[in-house]
Amino acid sequence: MSNLTGRQRLSRLEVKLSPYLYVSPFFIVFAIVGLFPLLYTAWVSVHQWHLIGGQGEMIGLGNYTAVLEQPNFWKSLRNTFSIFLLSSVPQVIAAIVIAYFLDTNIRAKTFWRMGVLLPYVVAPVAVSMIFAKIFADQSGAANALLALVGLDPIAWHGSAFWSHVAIATMVNFRWTGYNALIFLAAMQAIPREIYEAAIVDGASRWKTFFSVTVPMLRPTIIFVVITSTIGGLQIFDEPRMFDTMGTGGSDKQWMTLTMYIYELGWGAQKSFGRAAAVSWILFLIIIVVGAINFLITRRIASSDAKGARR
Amino acid sequence: MTQMSSPMAEQLVGKGAARAIRRRQSFGTNRRPSWRTYLVLTIVLLISVYPLYFTFLLASSDAATIARNPIPSLVPGPNFLDNVQRVLASDIKLWQALGNSVIVAVVTSLSVVFFSTLAGFAFSKLRFRGRNGLLVFVVATMAVPTQLGIVPLFIVMSKLGWIGQLQAVIVPGLVTAFGVFWMTQYLREALPFELIEAARVDGASMIRTFWSVALPAARPAASMLALFTFVGSWTNFFWPFIVLGSTNPTLPVSLQLLQASYFKDYSLIMAGVVVATVPLIIMFAFAGKQLVAGIMQGAVKG
Repeated sequence: MSNLTGRQRLSRLEVKLSPYLYVSPFFIVFAIVGLFPLLYTAWVSVHQWHLIGGQGEMIGLGNYTAVLEQPNFWKSLRNTFSIFLLSSVPQVIAAIVIAYFLDTNIRAKTFWRMGVLLPYVVAPVAVSMIFAKIFADQSGAANALLALVGLDPIAWHGSAFWSHVAIATMVNFRWTGYNALIFLAAMQAIPREIYEAAIVDGASRWKTFFSVTVPMLRPTIIFVVITSTIGGLQIFDEPRMFDTMGTGGSDKQWMTLTMYIYELGWGAQKSFGRAAAVSWILFLIIIVVGAINFLITRRIASSDAKGARR
Repeated sequence: MTQMSSPMAEQLVGKGAARAIRRRQSFGTNRRPSWRTYLVLTIVLLISVYPLYFTFLLASSDAATIARNPIPSLVPGPNFLDNVQRVLASDIKLWQALGNSVIVAVVTSLSVVFFSTLAGFAFSKLRFRGRNGLLVFVVATMAVPTQLGIVPLFIVMSKLGWIGQLQAVIVPGLVTAFGVFWMTQYLREALPFELIEAARVDGASMIRTFWSVALPAARPAASMLALFTFVGSWTNFFWPFIVLGSTNPTLPVSLQLLQASYFKDYSLIMAGVVVATVPLIIMFAFAGKQLVAGIMQGAVKG
């Protein structure tokens, strides 16, 4: 070391330290706005904590037992799962089917691909305002269309189930095309020889689709399902904007868990402690559901693959 | 299946004919699909375009006409510019929201691209202790639902006196795990080690090497990342809604105010939706191709 010049020593130090310096912005930002808040949420959740009054005394699991006793917690839990299922399952199926049609030698490929992606650049709030009008009970386009074909109008806001359908439609509108492009990319990565082999074996088009395409998409399906689980269980924008009050309906029939967190913290109760408790509960739910999704999707897709090999 | 596959043709009619058949059909890679494919895709396209056209139809109409016709006529009404002017002049601060959204989206896009490329350069091309572990950590944080930390984040922001200030929305989005991962993946293949060595031999410092070698090489992926960040920031609602409120709103926040205050006159509400949405539609017209390419590349690599 002694026969290095000062300049060389400096340069060596630069080589050693620069990488850490370059990756540090991410870790600093994540520590401050990601990790710390998540851990601190646990601390807040075991205290009485008022939006304006601030920290009160420690009450252990008091906030948790308090929210678990509130019927609105269970309602929003049910609503969150119902909306999540109504949006994710049809969305993944529709996206795969659209991708299948896009994965042909159509003319003007870019045009069609951009066409299905268009809804993605519309903000969820804007999408919700548009669909809130389409699904309006009295003056909505959806009920007018039903009347045209002689069907009874649907209580889009009154019925819990139909409000979930309407909200899920907003989510599906924005994300189906996006996911279709992800599936399209995965389909294009499937070697064409596999299809040819299936045709030689006399497999029909549908048989090929179900026993070649779908199993080959397995990692992509897992990826899409996991990401839509993380996002879908935190859904807020669409149900918040479904009516002008934003409180989840007269009977909380479409209030979701994130809306419930907002109401506990910033609504009438102004209880940050309870809002933090529900945040932690939702965090655990997302982890558990994510893991279950992973296992189920892997099993379904791999049993398909076995069927194909037989 | 009436078509003949090329291996079958090769056995039946010889190699030359098989090649010709392969050129023409080879399972959908060359053969044009039937009209049914176009029909299905046209229906999908109508579903994605109609709600937007519906918005424009309502924005060009008036409250009485909208009340009379739940399904609007396909011909736009005469009041579009008038409605837009009225909603811009209303008390929901749409101009201010437009300005705020532009500031937040531009600043976060530039910052995410810069810091992600910097980190991506280090993760893909520089050797340092703990590199792989740190990269795995970055990827793992993508699965963390950080939205659930809002209560402490709000407490922090109010301690800093940032409630109602744009930096409360900008700072949490300065750099993202997705961006770091994306740029790492790209630079791994797009930036040859020889280029970095050449710059170092010429006596360039590390940061100089990054600036004049890595950053230019990263440009295609960086512009896609900027687009996705811009869209994400422009459409973001939950956190700005909580921390900015009605005093200093971004566009989605002011749309929420618009819906709450004008819920009787749909022509004004929809004019507001158009104002908030058109900037991104224009951007999409020019850069939609890159968004499509970005999603498809991300799917294969991620």
